Amino acid sequence: MEWETVIGLEIHAQLATKSKIFSGASTAYGADPNTQACAIDLGMPGVLPVLNQDAVRMAAMFGLAIGAEVAQRSVFARKNYFYPDLPKGYQISQYELPVAQKGQLHIDLEQGASKLIGITRAHLEEDAGKSLHEDFQGLSGIDLNRAGTPLLEIVSEPDLRSAKEAVAYMKKLHQMVVYLGICDGNMQEGSFRCDANVSVRRQGDPKLGTRAEIKNLNSFRFVERAIEFEIERQIDLIEAGGKVVQETRLYDPDKGETRSMRGKEEANDYRYFPDPDLLPLVIDQDVIAAIRASLPELPDAKKQRFITQYGLSGYDAGVLTTSRALGDYYEATVAALSGEPKLCANWVMGDLSAFLNKDNREITDSPVNPAQLAGLLRRIQDGTISGKIAKDVFEALWAGEGETDAIIEKRGLRQITDASAIESVIEAVIAANPEQLAQYRAGKDKLFGFFVGQAMKASKGKANPQQLNELLEKKLKG
Amino acid sequence: MKPLSETAMHQKTIAQLSAGLTAGEFSSEELTRLFLERIEQYNPSLNAFITVTDDIALEQARAADRRRQQDQAGPLTGVPIAQKDIFCTDGVRTSCGSRMLDRFIAPYNATVVEKLNAAGTVMLGKTNMDEFAMGSSNENSFYGPVRNPWDLDAVPGGSSGGSAAAVAARLTPGATGTDTGGSIRQPAALCGLTGIKPTYGRVSRWGMIAYASSLDQGGPMARTAEDCALLLGAMAGFDPRDSTSVDQPVPDYLARLDQALDGLKIGLPKEYFGEGLDGEVARVVDAAIAEYRKLGANVIEISLPNSQLAIPAYYVIAPAECSSNLARFDGVRYGHRCDNPKDLLDLYTRSRAEGFGPEVTRRILVGAFALSAGYYDAYYLKAQQIRRLISDDFRRAFEQVDVIAGPTSPTVAFNLGEKVDDPITMYLSDIYTIAVNLAGLPGLSLPVGFVGQRPVGLQLIGNYFAEDRLLNVAHRYQQVTDWHARAPAAFA
Repeated sequence: MEWETVIGLEIHAQLATKSKIFSGASTAYGADPNTQACAIDLGMPGVLPVLNQDAVRMAAMFGLAIGAEVAQRSVFARKNYFYPDLPKGYQISQYELPVAQKGQLHIDLEQGASKLIGITRAHLEEDAGKSLHEDFQGLSGIDLNRAGTPLLEIVSEPDLRSAKEAVAYMKKLHQMVVYLGICDGNMQEGSFRCDANVSVRRQGDPKLGTRAEIKNLNSFRFVERAIEFEIERQIDLIEAGGKVVQETRLYDPDKGETRSMRGKEEANDYRYFPDPDLLPLVIDQDVIAAIRASLPELPDAKKQRFITQYGLSGYDAGVLTTSRALGDYYEATVAALSGEPKLCANWVMGDLSAFLNKDNREITDSPVNPAQLAGLLRRIQDGTISGKIAKDVFEALWAGEGETDAIIEKRGLRQITDASAIESVIEAVIAANPEQLAQYRAGKDKLFGFFVGQAMKASKGKANPQQLNELLEKKLKG
Repeated sequence: MKPLSETAMHQKTIAQLSAGLTAGEFSSEELTRLFLERIEQYNPSLNAFITVTDDIALEQARAADRRRQQDQAGPLTGVPIAQKDIFCTDGVRTSCGSRMLDRFIAPYNATVVEKLNAAGTVMLGKTNMDEFAMGSSNENSFYGPVRNPWDLDAVPGGSSGGSAAAVAARLTPGATGTDTGGSIRQPAALCGLTGIKPTYGRVSRWGMIAYASSLDQGGPMARTAEDCALLLGAMAGFDPRDSTSVDQPVPDYLARLDQALDGLKIGLPKEYFGEGLDGEVARVVDAAIAEYRKLGANVIEISLPNSQLAIPAYYVIAPAECSSNLARFDGVRYGHRCDNPKDLLDLYTRSRAEGFGPEVTRRILVGAFALSAGYYDAYYLKAQQIRRLISDDFRRAFEQVDVIAGPTSPTVAFNLGEKVDDPITMYLSDIYTIAVNLAGLPGLSLPVGFVGQRPVGLQLIGNYFAEDRLLNVAHRYQQVTDWHARAPAAFA
């Protein structure tokens, strides 16, 4: 029996506002407990929420970026439930009328395939606080620093058919919100987290299976593993004659399995109703137009432009547009070098990325800036150094040993292009290897490489490779 | 009436006290001491105050006197007032009449408190009220019922019963109140005062403990319309901390007080004079209307056809909002917490069951029910539709008339205990005031006579932001009558 998996994701992206969605308290991460919670966040008697317009702007940006309808009028509602880290006894969220509806996102799949994923809605809401169950002598502590942090909840259509697609979608969405500058994307700090709705059905069955919701997945890897486990679990269950129950499950990364969160799904009745403390959120057309005009170039468009403008492959263009900062770095390098886009791409994706990875640095934090990298590439271009030597120069640049030209001079790395100098090196190598010369002349062509290596070694890598090849060939033939 | 100079200080209106302070006849400190002494003497029989703030009052009075000396005084500088205990006052217990907040010391001032402080008023104390402003008799207070100064067997009305009794007994010349369904106007009527509930959004709700957010509105209670004008001028205004407050300039409410009423069109809704209205009250109201005719007003009968739907709609919307607004009182961060909770659920249920009184509990349960899945459409949505119909009734009425007049409450003050076991009868006490909150309109009650010893109030309803017109219409009446100047004998 063939099974089909149906997955929808709900992603919570924390908006990168300075202050909270309904109060002036700071949203900075990592402060001492309850030092960033004002009277509003604490739900004191008599306090009132005032909507942070920056959160609205960011939500509208997102809506426009995914081609959604940005609502001219949306409504904040109260979701009522009791929990110790929910100070007011309700969460302010959007229910019937969200800020954005009906968007979509392109995801790239293996072998160049791609797929359009529907986004049902995106709505603004406030985060709750945190309950801390350790280090309180058997009591629980409540930290309300996070209470009132603005979230954008992004709900996909059940368009995803595998864990891989789910991860591709989540990565694309992550890239999008970071590109837009509306979310720092930091998954460890919970700025971008995911709930996955997973169900299975027999191939061709038009009816959806019963779904389980896996809560609070905060890494791409966990999303993939949790969904894969869940798919297996559901198929095994049904094939063994059982039934999937609609429930909330938690992923345990240590055991690699999902577990039911509650014995039985409680039928939560959140008693939603429009929040009377907040007027309907009205976004005028001209505001929407201004936000649209302020949108940065989006990943898909930038990738396409890199392909056409710089003649890059789809793969290279994709890698270089992973983040805005990487794309900016690349373009600054090309501009500084006035050309050679392929050479620049190879270096940015190759040595630069490798060094960044090695030192665990962000591109914005690179010790070698685009102008410096272009300076190095210019020396390859004009034949001052070979590509191989350039790698050593790059390492020196990275270590802060000065600028390219100074490093080349100091280390004497300038390429040898004087034909007579190269010839004398070649002659010495041939003289030292009479046996190989004889074999070569007897028809063993492969030995050409041996001579190139020996000669290059003798020149300490500085001989111009092309000249070396030409001269060597001439000399070997006698 | 006695000539002004012979009027005892505690009998003076705010306008008169303001003039006396300006003329240097007495200091704010003298005035404040006088009222604090009266509170000490009379409050035990009335129970109008939950907290008396002697030290703050004297400190504010001395500061006001210094401002007077430095010529930095406004009309309210040094005038003592009382704050309903629903307004948060920095460093002072703010109980909202509830055991839940019996030990709650607010860490900030409500905007209304801030504004009145800035105007230089002196806070004598915090007045008693129905718990969380839910009630029409002030019998729902954790601190015990308030008595009506006109007859100690009678209720003062509610929920701003403490403020009403305190002003009527001359323990303070003015006080703040809040009005969700009649809580300023009905006690003003039952205690023989003038009180105004402004247009929704006119006075900031920041720091005013919410009962039903879409209906709650703060306002002044005093003896005259002129005093209400003075106080409202200081209380009103846009507040960026309240998203529902309206960004519209506050007019000078004193400027139009004296405007003649010639040609004023007063509408009498026939629905406000039918079944349920006490005959004696009706006669007093009729006499007041006759007085308005003499003042040059044209009186027209009008209809507000959906009036009978106001109470049922209100008792869905207000409890629905209150069930959510009062969820924050969970014993976790502040307020009453039960002893030795055995788990989280026990902490919630016992803290709330112990902290809230029976009427508050009833409304939370009603509201939670009305919002629950499967009932939301039938109750909450339906009630909101009725709310629109009621607003439409008023909109049509104001195409014909300038103000609407009628009784504030169907009866005079009833006896303590008379209606406590019959919530529905109690709710009918607000039958003429509730629709005004549902529509968000301004409403004023002024004293227009007595049935026996007990005062009768006339309600004036105006169009949106027509507070100045209501105050003017009430003030002109008070220029030719003296009901507002009568004092209960025991407190004269």
